[in-house]
Formats: sequence, structure tokens, C-alpha cells
Amino acid sequence: MKISLTINGREVSADVEPRTLLVHFLREDQGLTGTHIGCETSYCGACTVLVDGKTVKSCTMFAVQADGASITTVEGLADNGQLHPVQEGFWERHGLQCGYCTPGMIMSAVGLLQEKQSPSEDEIRHAIEGNLCRCTGYHNIVRAIEYAAAKMRGEEPPPPDWEEEEVSV
Amino acid sequence: MEVIHPRNLEEALAAVADGMTPLAGGTDLMVEVNYGQKRPERVVALRRLADIADFSPTRIGAGVRWRRIEKEGPRALAQAARTVGSPQIRNAGTIGGNVATASPAGDGLPFLAAVDASIELTSGSGSRLLRWDEYFVGVKQTARRSDELVTAIVLADDLPERQEFAKVGVRNAMVISTVCCVVTRREDGATTVALGSVAPTPMRARRAEEMISSERSPSEATLAEFARLVSEEVAPITDHRSTEEYRRHAAGVLARRLLERCLRREAA
Amino acid sequence: MTTRTGRRSVQGGIGESTIRPDGVPKLRGEFMYAQDMHVEGMLWGATTRSPHPHARIVSIDVGPALAIGGVHAVLTHDDIPGPGLFGLEHPDQPVLAGDVVRYWGEPVAIVAAEDEDTARRAAEAVVVEYEELEPLVDAEEADARDEVFRRMKIRRGDQEARGSVVVEGYYEVGMQDQAPLGTEAGLAVPDGNGGVDLYATSQFVHVDQQQVVEALGLRPEQVRAHPVGIGGAFGAREDVNLHIHLCLLALYTGRPVKMVYHRGESFTGHVHRHPARMWYRHEADENGRLVRVEAKILVDGGAYASTTAAVLANACYFAVGPYKCDSVAVDGVGARTNNPPCGAMRGFGAVQVCFAYESQMDRLASALGMDPLELRRRNALATGDRLATTGQVIDTPLPVVEVIDSLAAMPLLVDEPGSGGDLPGGSGLTTEPRHVRRGVGYALSIKNLGFSEGFDDYAQARVRLSPEGAIVETAAIEVGQGLVNVLAQIARTTLGVSRAEVRHVDTSRIDSAGSTSASRQTQLSGGATHEAARRLRQRILEHYRADDLDDEGVWRGDTLVAAWDDLVRDGWEETVTFRHPPTEPPDENGQGKMHADFAVAGHRAVVDVDPELGLVRVLRVDTAQDVGKALNPESIRGQIEGGILQGVGLAVMEELVLDRGRIRNATFTDYLLPTILDAPDVEAILIEQEGSWGPFGAKGVGEPPTISSTPAVVAAIRDATGKELNRVPVRPQDIALEEEVAR
Repeated sequence: MKISLTINGREVSADVEPRTLLVHFLREDQGLTGTHIGCETSYCGACTVLVDGKTVKSCTMFAVQADGASITTVEGLADNGQLHPVQEGFWERHGLQCGYCTPGMIMSAVGLLQEKQSPSEDEIRHAIEGNLCRCTGYHNIVRAIEYAAAKMRGEEPPPPDWEEEEVSV
Repeated sequence: MEVIHPRNLEEALAAVADGMTPLAGGTDLMVEVNYGQKRPERVVALRRLADIADFSPTRIGAGVRWRRIEKEGPRALAQAARTVGSPQIRNAGTIGGNVATASPAGDGLPFLAAVDASIELTSGSGSRLLRWDEYFVGVKQTARRSDELVTAIVLADDLPERQEFAKVGVRNAMVISTVCCVVTRREDGATTVALGSVAPTPMRARRAEEMISSERSPSEATLAEFARLVSEEVAPITDHRSTEEYRRHAAGVLARRLLERCLRREAA
Repeated sequence: MTTRTGRRSVQGGIGESTIRPDGVPKLRGEFMYAQDMHVEGMLWGATTRSPHPHARIVSIDVGPALAIGGVHAVLTHDDIPGPGLFGLEHPDQPVLAGDVVRYWGEPVAIVAAEDEDTARRAAEAVVVEYEELEPLVDAEEADARDEVFRRMKIRRGDQEARGSVVVEGYYEVGMQDQAPLGTEAGLAVPDGNGGVDLYATSQFVHVDQQQVVEALGLRPEQVRAHPVGIGGAFGAREDVNLHIHLCLLALYTGRPVKMVYHRGESFTGHVHRHPARMWYRHEADENGRLVRVEAKILVDGGAYASTTAAVLANACYFAVGPYKCDSVAVDGVGARTNNPPCGAMRGFGAVQVCFAYESQMDRLASALGMDPLELRRRNALATGDRLATTGQVIDTPLPVVEVIDSLAAMPLLVDEPGSGGDLPGGSGLTTEPRHVRRGVGYALSIKNLGFSEGFDDYAQARVRLSPEGAIVETAAIEVGQGLVNVLAQIARTTLGVSRAEVRHVDTSRIDSAGSTSASRQTQLSGGATHEAARRLRQRILEHYRADDLDDEGVWRGDTLVAAWDDLVRDGWEETVTFRHPPTEPPDENGQGKMHADFAVAGHRAVVDVDPELGLVRVLRVDTAQDVGKALNPESIRGQIEGGILQGVGLAVMEELVLDRGRIRNATFTDYLLPTILDAPDVEAILIEQEGSWGPFGAKGVGEPPTISSTPAVVAAIRDATGKELNRVPVRPQDIALEEEVAR
């Protein structure tokens, strides 16, 4: 089936096998392997992308259902090599370890910050309740999103936790 | 495989009549596809079918997504919507999909039972309304004919003033319910109690309803009896998610707590 | 001639929370995980697995699979050119089952096809006729039938010693899964000369390489295993799974072959944490001093050996915890059953017993009417003491008392139920503040660092100079923990240069770094990096009769005697194989110096419980951890926060549920990992003490956070509810209903 859609601002036309999931289309046909697969049952959130501005788990859609839609993946966030504030937040606040959940986590955060400029910590937590992370314990992910929210509001991000780190000797 | 995108309801109905598998938000069907449990050959994708995404106090189109219901739905249904999957799933999943799949654990279904909602089924030859208890037949089994689509949920225009939802799951988010419950109560004391995950279909605890509906200010003992009756009426099973005994117990506890919330709102 | 204007201090050295260098590609979606690899002309592999936990294979018909268009190979046991067996400790596991399948999901055939979907359909099309056999699924029955991988006996001190206060208990730990977010994946590329290059998820590429070589009857130089990007590990990648299959298919077809497990397959395709049953008896005097501890520990190893022997040994060696006791008897059994094979997971045997001994310590405190922390303080092990079980004299720092005092001094920092966010039940709206009871619980743990019992545990690293700065070459695996940070930091500080980075190289280009497990890489690969950098600097300085090295080059006084580019041109490098202090196997009573080093940690959990519904919300888990020297405090904190959440998961939700050998919840729908709404707040105190043999005195930090967090959470739930709770995970029904698991 022929489909036309916008991926990361780029017009794309493709002939896809109708059985192809959106996530497989992005990864295999488009070479956008930053969108990861962690579970196939719509629980892990690693495959989260924006479809017409809303976060969607791309394992729950056929590619042909995205015909006419605008898709944003993690590869579409950086602007001319300049990291998106959410990416910068994850970098500056150690919001990742293995990094496998990170692109999906970032997309959920981007979805949140498009709607809310100043989310509370509670709102941040609820916005990423559908993204599993097995490494970090989530703490630094919240800090990363707070950093990004501040940056996007044009404010100075809060200082990192470890500046108050206690080391007892 | 073949996927079609109908431009309107007629095209969708023709496709369904032709034996195509309806696909709404994809949050149930796609899991089965991903796991190879289902390999549908012909799919009719309803995602962008505006014809079935209408929303009014008495009618919720099958294509309305949980994200919208979470914000605009009747209180207990909005509370239930908040517990469906995760934000991404609520952006995709629809109430019609929940109704069509008819999982015993469907988060939106006890509400329909509690308010005696009807399901609108449409085929090329017209629409019919089935009351929820005529529609839900068994585990993932409904009275929908294969040429019909679920097109809307139809609600009474006088929903109970007080309605409360709660769901027990082992995790604090993104979890399939162990037990979920809706209790509604009217000014005159008329109370309904509906439960999910405790029987093959959503169910009502009729004896408990009857007993409590005549009690204007239930005593501690009456509340305990109410909970006991609910526990007795449910018909849960033991599986890898929980045990029959716990589900019975939790059903009674939840029903009582939700009733107490209704009573508190009554007093306030 | 350049004249020196003033020495710059080294940026990015040890002690700094440097940011991970692989962060940017990971954030941009450009990092290459094993799942993302692609080469032209590659085929896809898939696996046919047994639907029975125990059965005789009557016949296999690969015809229907081969008949599918695009299928290039369907291989069974008979197609394997070598012995066809693998195993981390000894090769007892068939690469593909021969006459008998011994667990549910055991590989029976493998397929290579043009695309993934075809490969999976072909794997399903293989017709296997089975004759079902009775599965042995009960570990106690296996023990009775002497179906065991290892028995342990520890006897220390006067076996007649008796205390005046006695507590007994029975405890169970369920089967936890590592559930890394990235599943198993890999690519094997034939080299055209009968050899193969393997790129697959791993924690230990050299031992993968060795197992491929041995199982397929190849020569060592024919197989090269390459480190690749992986989405977490936590023990699940220590054993091989798809590695030998990939190499076999690639060699057979002459084409590159890729394979990626689905999540359901991942749950059957890797080993799990051993479920355990434990019977304990603690005896103390009236002052609370431990007089005698007796334990019987039964772990279920499942169908094949994997690391069961070592996990069992660890469980037995740490059966008393970080406490002094001079009369100990421990008996351990590692059972062989038809359950899924179990092996390494973060904490490796120390997790299971910690739940039991800390539960016992709380019972003892209660029996004595003593504060639980005070009881632990009175029995705290310290440097110079003997480990209660093995009698080994502890000669590295062991700050048990400091951990206890730190925990006791930490403010509780909690608000009223519901005010700081969600209540138990979360968005399910089950619970109101009036339904909540709060509890606080403590637990401590001890674990060995590095491999034990006489294993020749070493790591090789190479430090060389390049135009980009110093390069640390290693085959040690970055699983997300931050090895790429810490080795570079060690190189910077030791060499005195500010530019250093880690490069992973394959098994043909460097000797083993050992496994990324047992909390060992900071000490082992870090030790090798430290020593290589130290020697390299020393050699350069001696060569130039100079007194300093920095980013610009070599200095004698204020004179630059060789610029960095000159050093690079001369090809300076140093390769070091680092070994930790030797250990020995146990004697017949389980006595000896089996361990190279130890780490202790303590946790304090605060929980809100809805006792009537049995729902728990873990609000806080605060911790004090013995780290030796904090080389990258923020990375350590990341290990602590993530490790604690895995401990919380085991405490309240994570369990593979078995039904006669079959896993009933092999999906993320039903194997519940903690979400962010299940994650507690964490305050961490890092306790530094000099004296460990790790670089700069560093200790491994990865496992301790996972060990005592579980019993701390359960202790807090007991405090809130008064329930005994002798099993983890604690299920809602365990709290809300009357029954207990009683043995």
C-alpha cells in the first residue's frame, strides 16, 4: 500500500506491506532505529513517538494507519545538531544509563512539555507512567525533565542534586 | 494483508459486512498481532473515522478516546479512563474498542453496567441498541454480529448524581485490574454496584444494591453486611494475577469504600 | 622550545560526576544497540521452542518449514558439528535439544530466512513430535531424589553452642527476572574462511567466544566476539542464549544472520533469579549477641547448571549477613528440576538469604524487646573479624557500624499520607488517607566483590596514546552502569591528562576483562586501567628523564621535552592484566578464604500500606553504602537508585509465576516492573574508607543496592501491618487475607 506522511518534518512516500507496524516501518524502512522495541505488548513505552503531536506507542499502529500523519521521532528533535532541551536535560542530569528506554522517555517528556510549560513533579511522574526504565530508578529522569522545562521557559535550570551530595569519610 | 481506511461509516460498515476485522485504537488487537496470536488478513482501520467520534452527555461515540473521556466524561467513567493503560494508550485507545473487546478486565465496562448503558450496534441494515447485560455474553464474547460495528455508548439523560470508580491492581500505574468497581447512588438512595474482573462479564451485585438502596444512613453493621453481600455475589477465578479469595474480599472492600464516598458527597 | 606557563589540573578525573560520553548518541537515537545492526544480505533467525517442560523428542520434521519460500536453513541437534553443549560453569546444556527437552521453551530447532516474519513462521512450522514426561517441578522433591547441582555444608565453631533466646523462621523468595529493556539480540557474520564474527548482547564476550568454540568444535582463532551496545543486563546476559545459534546459522548458510528475541521469548531465553526456600534458626544471649545460626537453603536451579553452584555458594557464605557469630551450621542445596534454568541476577545468591536473615534479625529484636538497629549494631562485623560462615578474616574496610549509624542519623523526611503524591493503589483511587498505615523498616547486607572460591579472576586493559588523547582499550562490557566513564576517569587521573576515552575491542585484540557482573569491573578493569596508566606514565617519564606528563606532552621542569604528537608517533602503550588477591576453594566444612573483598549496605524503607486491600506504596528507601572511594558519585547514585527499585520490585510485585514448569506471565503485561509511580524517593550516603585493593580504594557498587532494599521494604510493611510476611514478593492477598505461607 502506498502511504504519504511527514516524518521529522520530511515528506515521505512509501509503499508498505499493510502488516508492517509503524515501529518497524520507522526502524527498518526509514532506518530510524532510535525508536526502540522493548515488549510488543504496549507496556514498555520504548517505541513512543509523536503522531500529530500526541504520544503514541508505535507498536500499536500499522504504518498504513499513519498515512497523512505527521510523525516525530527522537531523531527529529535536535535542531541543526543542537540538542533539544529535553535531550540536554537527560544529558546534564544523568537521566540515562543503558539508554534503551531513553528515546521513548524523551518523546513522552516532549509530549508533556508541549502541553504544560511548568509541570509539577507529580505531573511529570504521571506523564511518564507509561515508560518503563529498568536502570535508573527514575529519579534523574524527573530531574532531567525539570531541567528541560526550565530551559524551555527561558529560565535557569535548578542545580543538580549532586552539588549537595553527602560523602561521609 | 489488506488495510482499508473508510472515509465514512457506510464504507466502514460495508467493509465489516465483507468480513474485515475492525481496528480502533489498536491497543488490544495489535498486541495479539505482535504476538502472532492473530494474523488478520483484512483490516478496516477506524482510527480517523469522525462519524463515530461524537460526544454528548447521553451519547459517546465508539471512536472517542480515553484521553478525552478522562477530561470530559461522567465522573466515574473519567476516573476509570484515568486508569486505562498509560498516557500513550489513552491517546490511542477508544471506549468502543474496550466495549468490542469485552475483556472481563475492561476498565470502562463496570461504569456501563452501573448506569445501565446501552451499546449501539450498527450494520448496513441499520442500528440497534442492546442493554449492556444483553450485549456482554462471556469472556471476550458479545452479542455483536460479525456484520456490525459498535458505534456508540448510549447513556440515560439522568445519570446518578453520585458515582465513584476504583480499581485494584498490583502496581500503582499501567496495570490490568485485579478488581474494579463502580458505585452510584441517587438522592432517593437508589444504589447500583457494578464490578469488573470478578466474572466473565461486567456484573452487578443486585442483592447488595437492593439491601443498601433502602438504607438512607447505613450503620456500620449495614455497611459491613453490604460488603459481605458484594463479596458473596461476585464470581471470580484464581489466575496468575490474583486469587479468587482475594478478589472476593477486595470487591467487598472497594464497594463499601465507594459507597461511603457517595454517602459523604451526599452529606456534603 | 615551549616554556611551561603553569600546570593545568586534570579535568574529568576520579571523584568527579563526569557525564557519560555515550550519552549524546543515546539521546539522539543514534547509539547502535544489538537490535539496530544491519548488514547487506543478512538473514533473520528464529527459534523453535519446546511447549513442554519435560518430554522425549520422538521425531522432528523440518520439511514444512523448509518448504516455506525464503527459508534458507532449518537446523536441529543433528546438524551441530561439535559437542553441541554449553554452560558457564560446565557444559551440560544442549545448544539444541537432542532426545529430551528439560524445560518449557528449550530450543529444539533454529531457522534462517529472508526476513523476520518468515523466520518466525518457519520456526512455528517445524513439526516436533513429543512424548510428554512427568516434569520434576518441586525443589524439595528434587533434593529428596538427589537431583542436585551442588550441596554445600558449612560448619564453623562449637556446634553445641546454645543461646537463651531462639527464633525460627521459614522464608521464600519468588523467581525474579532481570527484564532488561532491550531483549537478546545479535548478528553473526561468517568470515568466508570457516570462522565467524559474533556481535551479540553479552556481559562477558570472552566466555561467549569460548562457548561458541567449544560447542561447535571450532578453533579459538575462528571466532571473534565483539562488544555491542546493549539495553541493560543485570545478570541476564552472562549466559549464552542466541550466540551459538547465530554462529551455527551463519556458518551453515554462509550469510550474516541476525536474531532478536521478542519479550516473551526473552523471558524463556535467559536465566532468572533462583527462587529459594530457607529454614532458619537464630539463637542469641539475653544481650542480643548471636550465639548460633543454623540455616538450610534450597535454591531451584531449574533444568541446567548455569551458575547455580556459585549462586548457592554465595547464598550459603552470606547466610548470616554482616554479623559476628562463632557457631554456624549452613546446609545448602542447588536443585535440578524441570523449571526454567536460573543463574545470575544482580545480588547473586546474597539477595535470597538477606531477606531471610534480616527477617530473622527483626524477629530476634522483637523477641528481645530491642531496637532492631541496636541489635544489628551489637552484632556488627568489622575489619579484622571473621566472617561468621567461612571463618575468613576480613582484611579490607567493612563499615557495618558506620552504615548503621548513618541510617539512624538520616532524617525521615516524609509527609502525611497522600500529601506528597499518590496513595497506595495510585491512580486506581482505592485508598484514602484514613485507610493508610505507615511503617518503617531497616535491613543490612553484605556481599562479595569479584569472583570467588579460587576462580582466576582477572581483567586486561590497554592504555595507549592517540591524537584524541589517551585511549583505554578493553573487552569489558558497558551495560549502562558507566564503565565508559570510570575507566576514562581513572586513566585521566593516573596519567595526568584530561583527554581520555574508552574503546571496546573484540576478543582477538585483547585478553578477557572478565564478566561485567559481581560488581567487579570498577575494581578489576579499573585496576587494570589504573596499573596500565601508571606504568605507561612511569615509562614515558623514565624514557625522557622527565618529571611530568600532561595534555601537551612530557615536561622536564618547565621544558616540554616531547610533544603529545611525538608520543603518539612513538606508539606508547601499556597492557596490563590485573588480578585481585587470590582466593581459595572451601574445605569440607566450607571454611577458607573464598572472597577477595566485600561490600556492605543498609537501607531504611518507609511505606504506606492499605492493610485492608493489601496495597503498598513505597515512599522512601534511604541508604548508606560502603563504596571504598567514590570515583563518580553520580554514577554510583544511579546504581543505587536503580538497584533499590529492583529490590522494591522483588519486595512487592516482581515474580515469574510458574504452573508445572510453565511461565504464566511471560509478558510485560503481567510481569510487573515498577513504574515511576512505584519508585521511592532515595537519599544516599556514600561511605568512603581507604584500604580496599581496587583503584584508589574503590569498591564495586552495583549489587549492594538491590540486596537489602527488599527486606527493608518488607520490614516496613510488617511494621505497618503486624503481619509475618515470610515470602517475597509480598502480594496483596498476603497482607489483606489471614493465611500465611507456613512450612
